[in-house]
Amino acid sequence: MAKKEKKKGLPASLPNRQGRKAGLNRRDFIDKGFRFSIAVGLIGIVGSLFKKSQAKEYVWQLDPSKCTHCGRCATSCVLTPSAVKCFHVYDMCGYCDLCGGYFRPSSKNLTTAAENQLCPTSAIERKFIEEPFFEYHIIEDLCIGCAKCVKGCGAFGNGSLQLQVNHRLCVNCNECAIARDCPADAYQRVSIDDPYLFAGFEQKKEG
Amino acid sequence: MKKKIAIIFLLTIISLQIYNSFAVQRFPKPEFESGHTQPPTITPDPRSHALAVLDVFVLAAALTVVTWLVLKKRSRNGVFWMSVFAVLYFGFFREGCVCSVGSLQNVTLALFNPEYSIPITVTAFFVLPIVYTLFFGRTFCAGVCPLGTIQDIFALRPLPIKTWLEKVLGIIPFIYLGLAILYAATSTDFVICRYDPFIGFFRLDATFMMFAIGGIMLLIGVFIARPYCRFLCPYGALLNLVSRFSKKHLTITPTECIQCRLCENSCPFEAIDKPVLLKEKEERPIAVRRFLMYTIIIPVLILIGGFTGSQFHENLASANSKVRLANELINETNFGETEKEAFEITAFKASGQTKTELYTEAAKITKQFYYGGWMLGGFIGLVFGLTLVSLTIFRYKEDYTPNKGSCLSCARCVDYCPVLPENKIELNKSI
Repeated sequence: MAKKEKKKGLPASLPNRQGRKAGLNRRDFIDKGFRFSIAVGLIGIVGSLFKKSQAKEYVWQLDPSKCTHCGRCATSCVLTPSAVKCFHVYDMCGYCDLCGGYFRPSSKNLTTAAENQLCPTSAIERKFIEEPFFEYHIIEDLCIGCAKCVKGCGAFGNGSLQLQVNHRLCVNCNECAIARDCPADAYQRVSIDDPYLFAGFEQKKEG
Repeated sequence: MKKKIAIIFLLTIISLQIYNSFAVQRFPKPEFESGHTQPPTITPDPRSHALAVLDVFVLAAALTVVTWLVLKKRSRNGVFWMSVFAVLYFGFFREGCVCSVGSLQNVTLALFNPEYSIPITVTAFFVLPIVYTLFFGRTFCAGVCPLGTIQDIFALRPLPIKTWLEKVLGIIPFIYLGLAILYAATSTDFVICRYDPFIGFFRLDATFMMFAIGGIMLLIGVFIARPYCRFLCPYGALLNLVSRFSKKHLTITPTECIQCRLCENSCPFEAIDKPVLLKEKEERPIAVRRFLMYTIIIPVLILIGGFTGSQFHENLASANSKVRLANELINETNFGETEKEAFEITAFKASGQTKTELYTEAAKITKQFYYGGWMLGGFIGLVFGLTLVSLTIFRYKEDYTPNKGSCLSCARCVDYCPVLPENKIELNKSI
């Protein structure tokens, strides 16, 4: 509305250079008015955001309890390889010899031979501790976040292998590309102070 | 032997388990006899909050320096080196996120979505450039925005483009702005971030498609300076409007224009308004009549636009993941997958939400898009109308001045002006 007013005024403002310089003409007045209203609008926006503000940033994290192990974390991330990695929650691990996350279901014998491994990049290291326990380490550099081991561990074991966004790698996109593609809506913005969401781990943390 | 017993034991237990139940402590954590200590779960920390605050200070400092360089020092060289700094710091070092252009969507989301609260640093990224623009013109575009400055560096052989083409293309940013706001307000998508052509370069990692788009954009940018800023950037559209009423602005000449015409073709963005002489002006009654006619057209355009927009609300809404899922379920299209159930549908079944709940939610979102479609269409109609009206206006002016809306304050023209600040002419300047 006001915009039209300004334009309407124009044909009238004929070349009057002296007059323009002399004082506050219509043009200056309109400019000032608009400047003022933009400033007020901006203050209004900031004011209404004030209640909805929080001091710290968000980071993206996925909720493993919602995860369906579809494998898109490996492919949808803006980074290659993905910033989503498998994390091993040792507190939940049963140290099984027959590890559902390590071995393919069809494995004939439980050796570290490549054909037995579920992980496509051999990113899980199997280490003998004592009879009959084995410890599994994730080699972060090799992990691509495909969730194959996570699925296996969740189905056959304790679910101690969980996908999480590795915040050392994550570039924290304004809109996470994996969150957009996640079929289970498992991604959410979490506080920077508590950036990991391990599932089934609460009691352990408190205790 | 022990090992075999263990295997048999495990297999029996496994066969008794219900699959797919997640995170069940099926096997208790062992007590190690050998004294083995369990390693801790490694959880790397995210980038610290202090650095995000530092970014805001760097932004404010960069804005101040560029503004000073443009308005006081009048140095194109200075602005260029600030551009290089912006590309290196805001682009390559910070890897692009959050930028002021994208923060627009966070602000919209915070205003519309009750669940999202916006970090103060993001608000600062949104507000600071607008405040500076309100006082000093688009100095943010000149040398702080990484998306703009990377193109600015590539603007090597700018060619003039036709005015009508520029006017038509100049409408696109407003449409993009409207779409971005609509999608952010309905919590659907951040389209500006998704189709950011240069972020792939800053991260040195992107899909082939985005690399190609970015590359083409830079290649076009060699001949048509800053194509993204002028014909796409939604934040630029916002700053364009704000900058028209800025308190101060870059001037081509330090004192008085002597109409030497040296600067006439210096602007790669064609943002220099040439003098309009009195004799070119039409007779007043004709001009007024035409102006009034176009002004009456504006409400009509708004209505037509709004109606058209509202007719497309279902198409617009299909970008929303919930609406899409509901559509796929109703039509039983399974996301185009033929061999197995689509991941989305599997996940939906696992989530425990009923179909009715989903459909209600989807219907609600579609309704939002209906109103959004009206507003978006109306806004586009308004932009068209105002563009038309602005084309009919003649404003008498004697001097070469930058167009406060489209001028990006890059200060290239300043070097072409032979007038010295002391009101003398620099005679032996070689251009």
